[in-house]
Amino acid sequence: MARIGVFVCHCGENIGRTVDVPSVARAAQGFPGVVVSKDNKYTCSEPGQAIIREAIREHMLTGVVIAACSPHMHERTFRRVCASAGLNPFLCEIANIREHCSWIHEDRGEATAKAIDLVRLAVEKVKRNIPLETISIPIERKALVIGGGIAGIQAALDIADGGREVILVEKEPSIGGHMSQLSETFPTLDCSQCILTPRMVEVAQHPRIRLMTYSEVESVDGYVGNFDVTIRKKARKVDATICTGCGACMTACVQRKVSNEFDEGLSKRTAIYTPFPQAVPNIPVIDQMKCLRILSQKKGKQDACGKCLDACAIGAIRFDQEDELVTEKVGAIVVATGYSLYSIGKEQDSPDISGYGEYGYGTIPDVIDGMQFERLASASGPTAGKILRPSDGKEPKRIVFLQCIGSRDRAKGIDYCSKICCMYVAKHTMLYRHKVHDGQATVFYMDVRANGKGYDEFTRRAIEEDGAVYMRGRVSRMYRDGDVIKVVGFDTLAGEPVTIDADMVVLATAIRPRPGIKDLAQKLSISYDKHGFLNEAHPKLRPVETNTAGVFLAGACQAPRDIPDTVATASSAAAKVLGLFSQESLEREPTVARVDISHCAGCFTCERVCPYGAIGHREIRDRQGRLIKTVADVNPGVCQGCGTCQATCPSKSVELMGFTDEQIFAEVNAILA
Amino acid sequence: MTIGYYPGCSLHGTGREYDESVRAVAGALGLTLREIDDWSCCGATSAHSVNPLLAVVLPARNLALAESAGMTDVLTPCAACYNRLARSEHAVATNPELAEKMPRLLGRPFSNSVHVRTVLDVLRESLPVIKEKTVQPLKGMKVACYYGCLLLRPAEIAGGDDPESPTFMEEIVKAIGAEPVTWNLRMDCCGGSMSIPHAESVVRLSRAILEDARSAGAEALVVACPMCHSNLDFRQQAYTNKGETTLPVLYLTELLGLALGLNAESLGLKRHFVSPAPMLERMAVAAKEAV
Repeated sequence: MARIGVFVCHCGENIGRTVDVPSVARAAQGFPGVVVSKDNKYTCSEPGQAIIREAIREHMLTGVVIAACSPHMHERTFRRVCASAGLNPFLCEIANIREHCSWIHEDRGEATAKAIDLVRLAVEKVKRNIPLETISIPIERKALVIGGGIAGIQAALDIADGGREVILVEKEPSIGGHMSQLSETFPTLDCSQCILTPRMVEVAQHPRIRLMTYSEVESVDGYVGNFDVTIRKKARKVDATICTGCGACMTACVQRKVSNEFDEGLSKRTAIYTPFPQAVPNIPVIDQMKCLRILSQKKGKQDACGKCLDACAIGAIRFDQEDELVTEKVGAIVVATGYSLYSIGKEQDSPDISGYGEYGYGTIPDVIDGMQFERLASASGPTAGKILRPSDGKEPKRIVFLQCIGSRDRAKGIDYCSKICCMYVAKHTMLYRHKVHDGQATVFYMDVRANGKGYDEFTRRAIEEDGAVYMRGRVSRMYRDGDVIKVVGFDTLAGEPVTIDADMVVLATAIRPRPGIKDLAQKLSISYDKHGFLNEAHPKLRPVETNTAGVFLAGACQAPRDIPDTVATASSAAAKVLGLFSQESLEREPTVARVDISHCAGCFTCERVCPYGAIGHREIRDRQGRLIKTVADVNPGVCQGCGTCQATCPSKSVELMGFTDEQIFAEVNAILA
Repeated sequence: MTIGYYPGCSLHGTGREYDESVRAVAGALGLTLREIDDWSCCGATSAHSVNPLLAVVLPARNLALAESAGMTDVLTPCAACYNRLARSEHAVATNPELAEKMPRLLGRPFSNSVHVRTVLDVLRESLPVIKEKTVQPLKGMKVACYYGCLLLRPAEIAGGDDPESPTFMEEIVKAIGAEPVTWNLRMDCCGGSMSIPHAESVVRLSRAILEDARSAGAEALVVACPMCHSNLDFRQQAYTNKGETTLPVLYLTELLGLALGLNAESLGLKRHFVSPAPMLERMAVAAKEAV
């Protein structure tokens, strides 16, 4: 026989103002099975909790209904109260008479009647509740970090320094990411390489970090604490275990005309290469699209070229090396894939985005983008840090910088602000003035957004000390007139069109997600916004978590970010991973689906509709080991308790624990009765 | 294929050769042009300067006539007419209240079913036919394609392939073997309707355009707008009288007609102030030498 206790809360005035709480408690007293019903000013307070505990013991309650605020607020509190009094916590139900009743109604009589109904259905449900035990899942205390830019480096180091194993996967031959390409960083003007390369070396030497460069994540299965990841190690064609990084192969390579990605096309590299001299690991790869030997082998000619083979004294060149698939078990994943830059020309990777043909990028050689300027300004760049324009190698005396190229331009399909450009353009004008003392920088801007520590002071310095001229307005087009680039724009503060002569133009292009990010998001079952940036679970309160438990975000894969923000999110993602790994095992609510194997006919409709891939197959055998039938089997670690399988099962063989058909029908009947 | 035809006033006046060449080229490409019966003024430029409603209704009268004649598409070679008609089409399509009022305002049924199109648009669609029917490719002829303003703006209505950096005229020119030059002022203002009130401005603006085209190596300027043509061709007299060199300004359809083997007479090539004859002779000599 059920013995139910009902506890109706006034929630101060929140409920009591609209609902006649004492009469709800009185009405509940008369419901079948209710042995005690009380009201209280604050049920969640310690005295309120004590009343519940006493009642459970005194009346030997078999179920408890709390009529109060939303279960989001205090369900856990009241479940704990029940447990502390020896009652299974899943024998506690919440009737939400605040958000669902008092807050949204005005008529006291009607609100009270509705509250009574809500309590009635909760009583009918709790009578049919069964004791459930929380599910415990083991954790593989090893993390996967995807992406070896500053975000991935920071996250990997923080996790490893916290005592856990990390696998860091980077698709390029070296870690370092975009930050390794930068000259100096705002707002302190410290050298990017100088602060980054020690971190890169630390990653390579850390005993708990396994670095997998030139590798990509192929597939991800499993769930929080227990992911199975397959990683493709692309063929370097160089034996990384014996290569010493001496560079003799690169010196010997005859293919020397490959556009250098690291220098953004401003220089050439060889077919066997390391992206830059400070690469980590310092082991070259062979670019299979450019290597003369591989290209001629594809045409059926054997043994062409092979200069690198001859040059390598230890025989580390391995043309027979193939891609390799490695599987790893990890407990958490940090996505740190970073960003790419908007392409200015006509060719775009998405039909929603169009380029700026009117700016002559690609036809006027001295119209470059911000990253190319970084390479020109960088000591490791093609001009060894001298600002020289690409067309004729002369020092430009007038540079025009254009902000918001792509960003905040709905006509081009990108409506967001790329966040970092205001700052790096200010930095560029300063670097330019520091290197070319008589050079004049002019900046076309929409707004100057300098909202970080020391940021506004920095842009002021660019204007006041380093003489950058800021002109508010947009540029409509640019064209070449002999040696000069005519920049035709509109000065919106003066209210007149302007044409400025420039020797070089630098475009601050928008930040976009990495190409291929959507594929990766699908592999990880995480969502992305309309631009392809990965979505956090909550923009304010869960900023580095995703909706898939155990998958975290760091850096610019989530939104345009500068280095300080990127490092901050990377460290917080690492903290989340370490928090996860510090648990004994993972506890989760037992409100998961369960299959009744006696009914299940093995049609696997549930498997097809499950959005989480939580349903597998289980073979039922008799004592002789003969197969009787194959039935559906729910993996409680993966099941999110959505109930889709329960609703679709044709033979009603799947039930969601805590929300069985019987419980739901009892609730419906209680309202209709 | 039959398509509605709205010549507008220019093509019956200063732009006669445009009308002649459009008709000739359409015939050669197998397009039948059906002129809208009893067409009236599109309203440019006065209507939209004084009365926004009139600016929609005046062009819409022509669209209504085309609609009741069973036309689905209307070709408007004049860029100003195109702009007025297309804006009217767009205004009615995006404003249900206005759409409801239209039959009463026009005094005739109107469901805004006619699509207004430019010569460039129609020709681009006919590119395969053009390539097939080109009998006299204009090999080696360097031309500067000039877009002006009205064919491309505002972007949500017109636009072509890219309102800020179009290439579709170049595509057509390339299809007939000519060589479009890379130049800078292909979308700059020619002076437009200032031709009468402020001729000096027009001279200044169109001269810059012609000079830029010439310095890029163009032997002719190609246009698809009678206003541009008149500003660029007619106004050259202002400075050619002083002995400066000239640059012939051709309609795209004239150039196309030459490639399709139509005779210069039928294309109205003799009607220009700056005669294209010397250039055409040079071309003919070059062609003979090639043979």
